[in-house]
Amino acid sequence: MTTLRVVCYLNQFFGRLGGEDKAGVGPQVVTGAVGSARAVQQALGEAGTVVATVLCGDNYVAEQTERAVADLVALVTAQGPDLVVAGPAFLAGRYGVACGALCAAVQAQLKVPAVTGMHAENPGVDLYRRQVYIVQTGGEASRMLDEVRRLVALGLKLVRAEPLGAPAAEGYFARGLTHNTVVSENAAERATAMLLEKLAGRPFASEVPLPDFPKIPAPRLVKTLEGATIALVTDGGLVPQGNPDKIEALNATRWGAYSIEGQQGLDAAKYDNVHRGYDTTFVKQDPHRLVPVDVARELEQRGVIGKLHETVYSTTGVATTLAHSARMGREIAEQLRAAGVDAVILTST
Amino acid sequence: MTPVAVMVGANRIVTAAGIIHPMGNAELSPADEKALRRRIVEKALQALQTEVVRPTVFTSE
Repeated sequence: MTTLRVVCYLNQFFGRLGGEDKAGVGPQVVTGAVGSARAVQQALGEAGTVVATVLCGDNYVAEQTERAVADLVALVTAQGPDLVVAGPAFLAGRYGVACGALCAAVQAQLKVPAVTGMHAENPGVDLYRRQVYIVQTGGEASRMLDEVRRLVALGLKLVRAEPLGAPAAEGYFARGLTHNTVVSENAAERATAMLLEKLAGRPFASEVPLPDFPKIPAPRLVKTLEGATIALVTDGGLVPQGNPDKIEALNATRWGAYSIEGQQGLDAAKYDNVHRGYDTTFVKQDPHRLVPVDVARELEQRGVIGKLHETVYSTTGVATTLAHSARMGREIAEQLRAAGVDAVILTST
Repeated sequence: MTPVAVMVGANRIVTAAGIIHPMGNAELSPADEKALRRRIVEKALQALQTEVVRPTVFTSE
């Protein structure tokens, strides 16, 4: 069996350059295994050789990530590795983000497997777990060799293109990928078994993990209503006739911005609705049943609100992925903020 | 759909008039329908002025 060429990535601390005083040092390479890369060599045994250790200070990477990662990838490339092992970073945030970014870049550019390891609360996990195999570690380096053995075991499987088990079995963070597997019990039997475990108060694991919705702090309306600009937004599929922005009928990735300037209300003849998740007959008859421009305009004219924002934002919220929803929300919010909007009424079906 | 809105963490949620016409009701007269819509929007404006610390449902009736 050929001996694999392995390159390790470490920060200034685990690479024995120094502590926070050395966090600004730039990318560099040392021949062989230094610092915690020695544990990688130990875990590899006969299977591979740590040919080089690439090092960089945490602050250096954090402050100029793109450039630092490009330089680090160049250093890694020069070593001709079969496998890259970054970290483990445990709970060190800057280090974890650097490990994730480097592994993602190495995989994409060198087509070489890369693994890293972190604690569940390291910010690098959420940023990179979809792209990179991140082994779950403890928070501290007290069991370094044990943790590194698990990184190396996973890395060797990747290099050898051996089939990987489920995230929980292999000890890495779920990447959000779906694999088909053949199981002996059908869905009804598995669901019944799960229900019996639940009724008995025993632990059970769902096969369909629910998305994790982060808690968003509720902002306060700092102005009085009489001085506030209010915008109308909808995920109910309102579009102008002809759907100029080609907003999808479901699984939307696009949104539209439609002017209502000078309009007392929405003229049904000028609007359509592309939402394929509810019966749109009634909102096509009268778009105000979805977006209350008529009433909001009257409240503006009566001085109840300071101003009705002259642009309505719209998309379709049906089978829309959480990632696209979050992105579209962010994009619309940026425009609203730039336009000086103080609050939003979002009508949803 | 307000339970979904609570689950995903929307902070200020106003119950409206239904999935197929959240801001109206085709069975009402035009004047009554617009009054219904106005009540929902006014409830939304009231919600915007209310401090909340968790997903909170405001009922419009």
